[in-house]
Amino acid sequence: MAEKPSNRGWSWWYLLLIVLCAAALWVPFYNTVDPTLWGIPFFYWFQLLLVLASAVVIAVVHVVT
Amino acid sequence: MLVELNWIALTVFIVLFGFITWVGFAAARWRKGDLDQLHEWGLGGRRFGTIVTWFLIGGDLYTAYTFIALPALAYGAGAVAFFAVPYTILIYPLLFVAFPRLWQVCHRHGYITAGDFVRGRYGNRWLALAIALSGIVATMPYIALQLVGLEVVIGAMGVGGEGLVGELPLIVAFIILAAFTYTSGLRAPAAIAIVKDVLIYTTAFVAIIVIPIELGGFGKIFAAIPPAKLLLAAPAANSTGSYGAYATLALGSALALFLYPHSMTGILAASSGRAVRRNAALLPAYSLLLGLLTLLGFFVIASGVDKLPQFAAGFAQFKANFAAPAVMLWAFPSWFAGVAFAAIGIGALVPAAIMSIAAANLYTRNIHREFFNANVAPKDEAQIAKWVSLIVKFGALIFILFVPLQYAIQLQLLGGIWIIQTFPAVVFGLFTRKFNDWALLCGWLVGTVMGTWMAVAMNFNATYPLAFAGWTFPGYAAFYTVVLNFLVALVLTPVFNAMASQPGRDETAAGDYVV
Repeated sequence: MAEKPSNRGWSWWYLLLIVLCAAALWVPFYNTVDPTLWGIPFFYWFQLLLVLASAVVIAVVHVVT
Repeated sequence: MLVELNWIALTVFIVLFGFITWVGFAAARWRKGDLDQLHEWGLGGRRFGTIVTWFLIGGDLYTAYTFIALPALAYGAGAVAFFAVPYTILIYPLLFVAFPRLWQVCHRHGYITAGDFVRGRYGNRWLALAIALSGIVATMPYIALQLVGLEVVIGAMGVGGEGLVGELPLIVAFIILAAFTYTSGLRAPAAIAIVKDVLIYTTAFVAIIVIPIELGGFGKIFAAIPPAKLLLAAPAANSTGSYGAYATLALGSALALFLYPHSMTGILAASSGRAVRRNAALLPAYSLLLGLLTLLGFFVIASGVDKLPQFAAGFAQFKANFAAPAVMLWAFPSWFAGVAFAAIGIGALVPAAIMSIAAANLYTRNIHREFFNANVAPKDEAQIAKWVSLIVKFGALIFILFVPLQYAIQLQLLGGIWIIQTFPAVVFGLFTRKFNDWALLCGWLVGTVMGTWMAVAMNFNATYPLAFAGWTFPGYAAFYTVVLNFLVALVLTPVFNAMASQPGRDETAAGDYVV
């Protein structure tokens, strides 16, 4: 190969994706009952909220890159 | 009989099943192409735009088995079942970054499978064979488990009995599946997925609204969950405990998912790399659905339906897998229970069809053409794939009818460990050609052997307690072994490069990957 392809396509916006993944994997942070939302423990509503956040983050990264 | 025969639910179920049977056969004429070509039969001619791809991949990944097994896990084991949520959060950044590149290069070179890509990228037929074998072997038990989902909902409608006669509905559903897959190829599950997803979204949103109202709100439901099931247990001293297990289960499952041949087939059938990218932002809708359906397991605990006498036989036969159907029967009017069961039953056929097509593509391209007959004509290639898809499906059916369910579940666990070992060759291969192909093959072998050993040593438990420097790190065996696989490939790459006179030929160019 003539040119180095390894940096092709990297964008700093991808850091947002890494933050998202780190949040999903940081279990001690969300393994609690409080604060509850409509009676749903934090453990459950936080992760479901993170699903919505992931859709938004990926959409943003898709649009700007 | 498990429960009283539910005529209304059964009628709705049969009508919907009849409808999708018609859709499956009619799909042969949808976006018409020459079905005697493998890429037409096996990839739908790569013509599915963003929306159809959304339905196809959604219907493909979020299978009937997950809709049965995750509520069952929540019911039986509690909070750990929710690992599916971070798991499905992690898959889409990966889909977004890596897989549009795969689509591009496969489109450019006419690749149909991951094995094709690896063959072209590294010029090594043995590495491609390893990829194909992992794919086929990991897929077979997965198809069998889809049938379990179907079996449970059929049983929940009161259909069934002793011996083979009791299995007749399953066999009939299976013949329908085999027939429309044979004639219509990937177009059939793509078309049916649209129907199935409309049904499953309706079911999930009705369930998540109606059942909590009947049970007096989410506060009451979660108050009824025993504390041990409500949260993950805090780790003991010098151990990452359930936290590490939860995170590695999510991460390992996420890394494995898009390597499964059926996921790969769904991606490659898209009409452009941009359609794949867009779907990474749209597919999380299904993850939300999955998280909500997992909560059905808690609804079972809170409602006490598992204690009701009319469901005792169902729980006795299907164990925790009966949780989701039981609470649906209890909470919904019969006709809507029929809709929900049809959604799950059809949800079994869509992935089973795609999986059998994907396995057939792998066999045809990376085993048959590579090792038995290099000069196979395009028409014969498609014909072989059609036959192999039949064989794969009947193998799965026989497995479910005659082998204890336990083995299918254990094999599916092993399948996850096996398929993840293709990650370095396939995903790293999309970005760099620096790894040596033989080093990758050694990594694959070490990962596969070690992963199998870990699972067997743990008596088919997914997590392995890795001990290091006085600490214990219980974690998903697939994740640990793919790291090992990567390290082996990394260390051996300079060794093999020094030994080899010339590297394998790379027929792809850097520009082929750009979306």
